[in-house]
Amino acid sequence: MAADVHKKKSWEVPNGSLAPGDGQHAERSESPTPGLAQGTEPGAGQEGAMFVHTRSYEDLTSPEDGAAVARSPEERRGEPAEQSSMEQISKDFSELSTQLTGIALDLEEEMRPGKEGKLEPSPQTNRRDSVLSGKEEEDVTMDAWRMHRKHVFVLSEAGKPVYSRYGSEEALSSTMGVMMALVSFLEAEKNAIRSIHADGYKVVFVRRSPLVLVAVARTQQSEQEIAHELLYIYYQILSLLTWTQLNHIFQQKQNYDLRRLLAGSERITDNLLDLMAHDPSFLMGAVRCLPLAASVRDAVSSSLQQAKAKSLVFSILLSGNQLVSLVRKKDQFLHPIDLHLLFNLISSSSSFREGEAWTPICLPKFNSSGFFHAHISYLEQEMDLCLLLVSTDREDFFTVSDCKRRFQERLRRRGVHHALQEALRTPFYSVAQVGIPDLRHFIYKSKSSGLFTSPEIEAPYVQEEEKERLLGLYQYLHSRAHNSSRPLKNIYFTGPRENLLAWVTNAFELYVCYSPLGTKAGAINAVNKLMKWIRKEEDRLFILTPQTY
Amino acid sequence: MAQTVTPGTSPESSRPSYMYKMVLLGSMSVGKSSLAYRYVKNDFRELLPTVGCSFFTQTLNLDEATVKLEIWDTAGQEKYQSVCHLYYRDAHTALLVYDIANKQTFSRAKIWLEELEKRFLPDEIVIALVGNKTDLGAEREVTTEEGEEFARTKGLLFMETSAKSNYQVNDVFMAVVHELLRREKEKASNPSPYGRSTVDLGVSGARTRCCRT
Ligand SMILES: Nc1nc2c(ncn2[C@@H]2O[C@H](COP(=O)(O)OP(=O)(O)OP(=O)(O)O)[C@@H](O)[C@H]2O)c(=O)[nH]1
Ligand SMILES: [Mg+2]
Repeated sequence: MAADVHKKKSWEVPNGSLAPGDGQHAERSESPTPGLAQGTEPGAGQEGAMFVHTRSYEDLTSPEDGAAVARSPEERRGEPAEQSSMEQISKDFSELSTQLTGIALDLEEEMRPGKEGKLEPSPQTNRRDSVLSGKEEEDVTMDAWRMHRKHVFVLSEAGKPVYSRYGSEEALSSTMGVMMALVSFLEAEKNAIRSIHADGYKVVFVRRSPLVLVAVARTQQSEQEIAHELLYIYYQILSLLTWTQLNHIFQQKQNYDLRRLLAGSERITDNLLDLMAHDPSFLMGAVRCLPLAASVRDAVSSSLQQAKAKSLVFSILLSGNQLVSLVRKKDQFLHPIDLHLLFNLISSSSSFREGEAWTPICLPKFNSSGFFHAHISYLEQEMDLCLLLVSTDREDFFTVSDCKRRFQERLRRRGVHHALQEALRTPFYSVAQVGIPDLRHFIYKSKSSGLFTSPEIEAPYVQEEEKERLLGLYQYLHSRAHNSSRPLKNIYFTGPRENLLAWVTNAFELYVCYSPLGTKAGAINAVNKLMKWIRKEEDRLFILTPQTY
Repeated sequence: MAQTVTPGTSPESSRPSYMYKMVLLGSMSVGKSSLAYRYVKNDFRELLPTVGCSFFTQTLNLDEATVKLEIWDTAGQEKYQSVCHLYYRDAHTALLVYDIANKQTFSRAKIWLEELEKRFLPDEIVIALVGNKTDLGAEREVTTEEGEEFARTKGLLFMETSAKSNYQVNDVFMAVVHELLRREKEKASNPSPYGRSTVDLGVSGARTRCCRT
């Protein structure tokens, strides 16, 4: 069966029951429907949100990136001035692609009606074994290098290499030259995103003066999504330097070698790219919470809330890449992108395990011109619980350090320490808990809270490639649902290995993966059940009552 | 010169208690964190570059005094240089660490010294020059004599160490502590006009002095 795309406004199906049950969804309805107002969907905060309100995925890249619209060269063909340069680009590109040859599968292509049997994206993933190993040694002429699924380069506008995901920037200078040639043709507008499709590759350029970011991808992502990842890389660089400092440097010296300032942080960028290939948080532009009994979470949150100090803006407790609790200053909202960058910083450095770290950090979405100072420490050696206290005052180390002590003391006195430890033992829940036989996995995002929930990825998605493939499928559905020219609200797709459903409303986004044996009617029924389950479990899966100091 | 903990508060004896702020400075990857880790945990493991600064404390019960060391292990990365003064401000002692197998890091240590000399009077701070990674003898680029000679002309303590093979790590920390205590005695018998006033730790908020001028 082929992709079955609904374009109707509401979800009308013969044998499903997703249509609104009369009026019962006025407040926090049991069975959310497309008519559900934002703020009443499962997972929506009851007392305001924690995050900057991002209406949709597209919002995440604005306002600085407001003008960012993916444009394929074809769309500009009408402009004569553009034509000759486009020819040049394809010439340059064929040069480039001789260096980057490999098999690519365009899922979009594959998902068109009638081609369903070919939905077997199995490009050999030749990912680097580890972030630490052999980065320097990687030979650019090696096949392995060409086989990487996604190359990422950062250059200065003067063409100096700043970062390269694989292999040393030095060795890549010839490739960089080609990149720059391409960029110079594309540089009509600042802050534009452009892309080229050729030979099974997408080359996506994002220009954020004074930097140019380039991805050469064999993934099935849309250029919007690839651009989105590049923007993350850009923000990651800003988080280390601030926008102000970055601009100042290049104003002073156009051909400054930024690698000097970024030395020692390549690993953080590497980690971010790896994380984005595995963790749906980035795709969803939302944050996942550690499943935790509401009473325990509330006790943790109020302990955190009480351990405040004047200079504190955010107190964040996290485990792995999941949020345990977040307390913020009144009227100050964190942006999910900034939180993702903090997650990444912590997961890419083991140095926080020892002692207490005190480091300048810029939260570019909050304020790209200045540094906060963050106190980062693990609560206990053996426990995967990291506390992040974000302060406006770099002189305030001891005060903030004392907040940590007070927080720990309160935790102990409230006796939630044990419950927390217990929860950390099972940081993910199994999809079996939902009790729907054909259901394999899902991602549910509450738009108003900026939080999402998702079970552990289980069989048959055991191997790394399989996990990535599943995320790839979600990425594809996501890109179709958010396509700027033709957004789709409902998508049902049947494939040989799994069936998928996407449902995007004003209030939530839901992506579901089923076994391939089920029927569409069954799938729709399951969604109804699933939404009820999420509603039932929402106080465990989400943070419904965010605290402020 | 140190922050003196109110005498008599320690129950065991009338030994004085001191708190000293120590800062570790040096180029990236010279082994500052490894030295701190070896000293505090007596262990060596592959650590990742420090982000900003890491803070440790270590309490020493010596015959003559109880000493609490507040260790600020800074990041050597260039992008953090602009905030480094936050970390070494009001330090009682600094370890200037270089990698004996990397000449450039030795030059960088000299620059650190110049910076410290601008901000501290000689009797305000005990500085030790530390040549780390002696286990890499085959790749040595800075001779022991070179380090020694430089330290002697500048009046610094000097020691070569290996965090990896646990060579003289404890010794360098102890040498610094003893020098601090020696100066403490000297000052007691001969109060210096430059000496910083002691702070009574019993008074709450005294600790924040470490961070404020
Ligand atoms: N052979 C040898 N290697 C060492 C020694 N001390 C540290 N290293 C290694 O040198 C590298 C850097 O060590 P770190 O302790 O992280 O260096 P650092 O000075 O703290 O670096 P930054 O935090 O980036 O400023 C690591 O790979 C260590 O394993 C040593 O005594 N001998
Ligand atoms: Mg370090």
